[in-house]
Amino acid sequence: MASTTTLVGGAPRPGRARAFLLRLRSGDEIAHLITLIFASAIILITVLLVFELYRNSALSREKFGWQFLFTRTWDPVFEEFGALPFIFGTVVTSAVGLLLAVPLGVGAAIFLAELAPLRVSDALTFVIELLAAVPSVIYGLLAIFTLVPLLRNTVQPFLKQTLGFLPFFQGPIYGVGLLAAGVVLAIMIVPFIISISREVLLAVPVEQREAALALGATRWESTWKVVVPYARAGILGSIFLAMARALGETMAVTMVIGNDPRISSSLFAPGYSIAAVIANEFTEATGDLYVHALIELGLVLFILTIILNGLARLLILATQRKGTAHP
Amino acid sequence: MNGRSLWRKCVNGVMFGLTGLCTLVAVSVLFFILGYLVWNGGRAINWDFFTKLPKPVGETGGGMANAIVGSAKLLLLAALTGVPIGFMGGVYLAEFGGKTFSFLVRYATDLLNGVPSIVMGIFAYTLVVLPMKHFSTLAGGLALGVMMIPIAVRSTEEFLRTVPLSLREGALALGASKWKAIVTVVVPAALRGILTGIILDLARVAGETAPLLFTAFNNRFWSPGWDQPTASLPVMIFTYAIAPYEDWHRQAWAAGLVLLGLVLLANITARVVLSRKLSSVAG
Amino acid sequence: MKTLLSSPIALAVFSVLWAGSLGAAPSPPPDAVLINGAGATFPYPIYSKWFDEYHKLHPGIQINYQSIGSGGGIRQVLAGTVDFGATDGPMTDEQISKAKGKILHFPTVLGAVVPTYNIPGVNAELKFTPEALAGIFLGRITKWNDPQLTAPNPEVRLPANDIIVVHRSDGSGTTYVWTDYLSKVSEAWKTRVGKGTSVRWPKDLGGKGNEGVAGLVKQTPNSIGYMELIYAIQNKMPYGQVRNSSGNFVKAELASVTAAAAAAAKEMPDDFRVSITNAPGKAAYPIASFTWLLVPSPIQDGAKRKMIVGFLHWMLTDRQKYAEPLAYAQLPKEVVSKEMNAISEIK
Repeated sequence: MASTTTLVGGAPRPGRARAFLLRLRSGDEIAHLITLIFASAIILITVLLVFELYRNSALSREKFGWQFLFTRTWDPVFEEFGALPFIFGTVVTSAVGLLLAVPLGVGAAIFLAELAPLRVSDALTFVIELLAAVPSVIYGLLAIFTLVPLLRNTVQPFLKQTLGFLPFFQGPIYGVGLLAAGVVLAIMIVPFIISISREVLLAVPVEQREAALALGATRWESTWKVVVPYARAGILGSIFLAMARALGETMAVTMVIGNDPRISSSLFAPGYSIAAVIANEFTEATGDLYVHALIELGLVLFILTIILNGLARLLILATQRKGTAHP
Repeated sequence: MNGRSLWRKCVNGVMFGLTGLCTLVAVSVLFFILGYLVWNGGRAINWDFFTKLPKPVGETGGGMANAIVGSAKLLLLAALTGVPIGFMGGVYLAEFGGKTFSFLVRYATDLLNGVPSIVMGIFAYTLVVLPMKHFSTLAGGLALGVMMIPIAVRSTEEFLRTVPLSLREGALALGASKWKAIVTVVVPAALRGILTGIILDLARVAGETAPLLFTAFNNRFWSPGWDQPTASLPVMIFTYAIAPYEDWHRQAWAAGLVLLGLVLLANITARVVLSRKLSSVAG
Repeated sequence: MKTLLSSPIALAVFSVLWAGSLGAAPSPPPDAVLINGAGATFPYPIYSKWFDEYHKLHPGIQINYQSIGSGGGIRQVLAGTVDFGATDGPMTDEQISKAKGKILHFPTVLGAVVPTYNIPGVNAELKFTPEALAGIFLGRITKWNDPQLTAPNPEVRLPANDIIVVHRSDGSGTTYVWTDYLSKVSEAWKTRVGKGTSVRWPKDLGGKGNEGVAGLVKQTPNSIGYMELIYAIQNKMPYGQVRNSSGNFVKAELASVTAAAAAAAKEMPDDFRVSITNAPGKAAYPIASFTWLLVPSPIQDGAKRKMIVGFLHWMLTDRQKYAEPLAYAQLPKEVVSKEMNAISEIK
């Protein structure tokens, strides 16, 4: 049988098109349609974005294939492009950022969730969340005039003297470089880690804490050995989210990373991240292959953040569903 | 056992002390940033900054009037594109959503949220700047607008969902159709939260620089209409900060202060309003 | 709408933004023409001065020039997103062939690229041989007290510090001029790196624009960079003399830059694309260059075409005099007259 459309008022059944239009007389259907159209616009925009990225990186993808990800050269004169130095820079600066931000962030979250009285905790968290709102270019502005001289004149020489046997702290000291970018990133992502970890820790059922205390644990032991492991997945999720943010960070990084596409073992050395090279070279890339290579880099970055965000989402969801007691 | 429990008490104290230190460090960073900007920016701000145009390179003086207006125009455009799409999308997800389609919409929103801001700039460049053959406020505004969508969607959906069932059912029981109930009862109840979410979103997007680098570009003069390049606060800060001229540095601090001031004001307002709303719902 | 009113501060913020965008800003006169250009940072100081002065004379014309680097100027003028471009590295035949119509090069001024440095305790004017410069930028000379540097500078005490090299991170005509010079004087440079607006630098830090390089060199001790002369002067940074093809150490200044263009002036090709690095002449500065405006032809918009032609005329006549206070040398007379004729090619 043809479609049975239920009409308001029970009028006789007309053809399909008329049926559709008649249904629209009902306000609910109109509202549904309108919001549906806007919602589809979102899907459309996303698809268009991915499509444009894919299409406009065609020359580079065809010429270099998968090798693009492993080539170290970035030579606009001889038209040889490879993503490796930028992937390296992006990953290393984010790693340094995380290495500094995670202990700081989780530590502060523990303090705010477990020790501080609720009102103090709320007030302090408010302040810390404001940090997340500071625009990236302002972090960059401050970093150039405060962090970089500090690193160049004090911190890096100190590290070179004390830990100079490690390959990470050897070589000439510029001030700008991988370490500077890593520190700036750390400051930028700490608020995310603190905010989410604190929420997750607060969500741990009070019975867990009380059980540990009843068994004779000190508050620290109860926190560290029971509460934190319980919230482990959520904390890990916040770390992944912070990582995703760090990877895409453009302005603050390009202002202090040194802008040199090289791979080196020293953190003092200048480097380059994917976002930074696109920002610097996009408006000037003469030659279609050059532009397509830059867009391909954008595609790589995009895919990296998708993967990380997906992982983060899964982990945070896992904490909300069930705590983790067993490793 | 006394020695062992003394040790454990000691560890307790030390570890919590360390965590307190972490918190102190995190909190003081914000005060350091604010303090530094107020100190350097405060000295540089003068009436000229808000009213004059930039001077030729190497000459001192001038201001960023065009950048302030440019940023305002960009934000207006961003709000006009991002807010309707985000709001309607959120309404769809909260009130009408079908199972698979909702999943697709949510997935797309998540993807959009994860797009690095520089990639958004590339998108707007290929979509708007190239066909139009100019850099324009329009392209910049659209890039920022698309960046606003995911948070607007999430905000709208979350706050719509917090509206208690009793309110909705009450409206329906009084004979309202579903859409009337939404428009006259549900949305107004959630409006404060939604608005604050949008303000936070706008504040975030106000500070974005990367998407503007190759869309709105920059402009030393006033930008007439919507189809010409325009100066904006974040791009000016970037350009001036990496240059060697002392006078430009001074102006960059001033611009940084203005930008940060606006962003923080919006954030503080939004959060205060939100927390009042939440406590009024709970209490 | 009680809920809206209960966030008055938020409303206030919004209203400020709204008012700012609508009412508060003075608009340019309704028949104003906005011309957009982009490109080289090398001539940015003189261009911004010119456009500012021209705007004072003709308030209805606004020429918005953004210094994003010569590479950017070339790319954007090819894409048609700007009305004119600017570059110090002339376009290659391949690039010109990509244009829809023609792209005409118009030389505007002569400038010099100088090696600037920031060596703690050293304020003297160092003398650099071509081999020394190539060696430093190739990474073969790594310390300031290397014999190749101390030999021409016996009175200066150079420290044993590592040299930090600063180059351009963006597509740059200044880079083109610098690498063009190095390619002429160093076979090793030519094969290993080559010349271009964006090259694969052997070492160290990248700055955005001449401004960025100046900023980095100024802030980083023991660094050396290359930049247009006026940037070094405006920022009070020491810069060195370079040995020219006749064996003399020459400092970049108006006379030496003008001397560098003397030979080329007589044999200027019709499309004005010429390189004057390592020019012959006893007093010639070896790293000098013309800088060009890139004007597409045909220009569809009649009003814009008139404006651009009008500006070119003004620029070529006695406005050349703005150049010298900013340390750019004027164009030789032969070049100016040849250009005046060429302007008629803009359709």
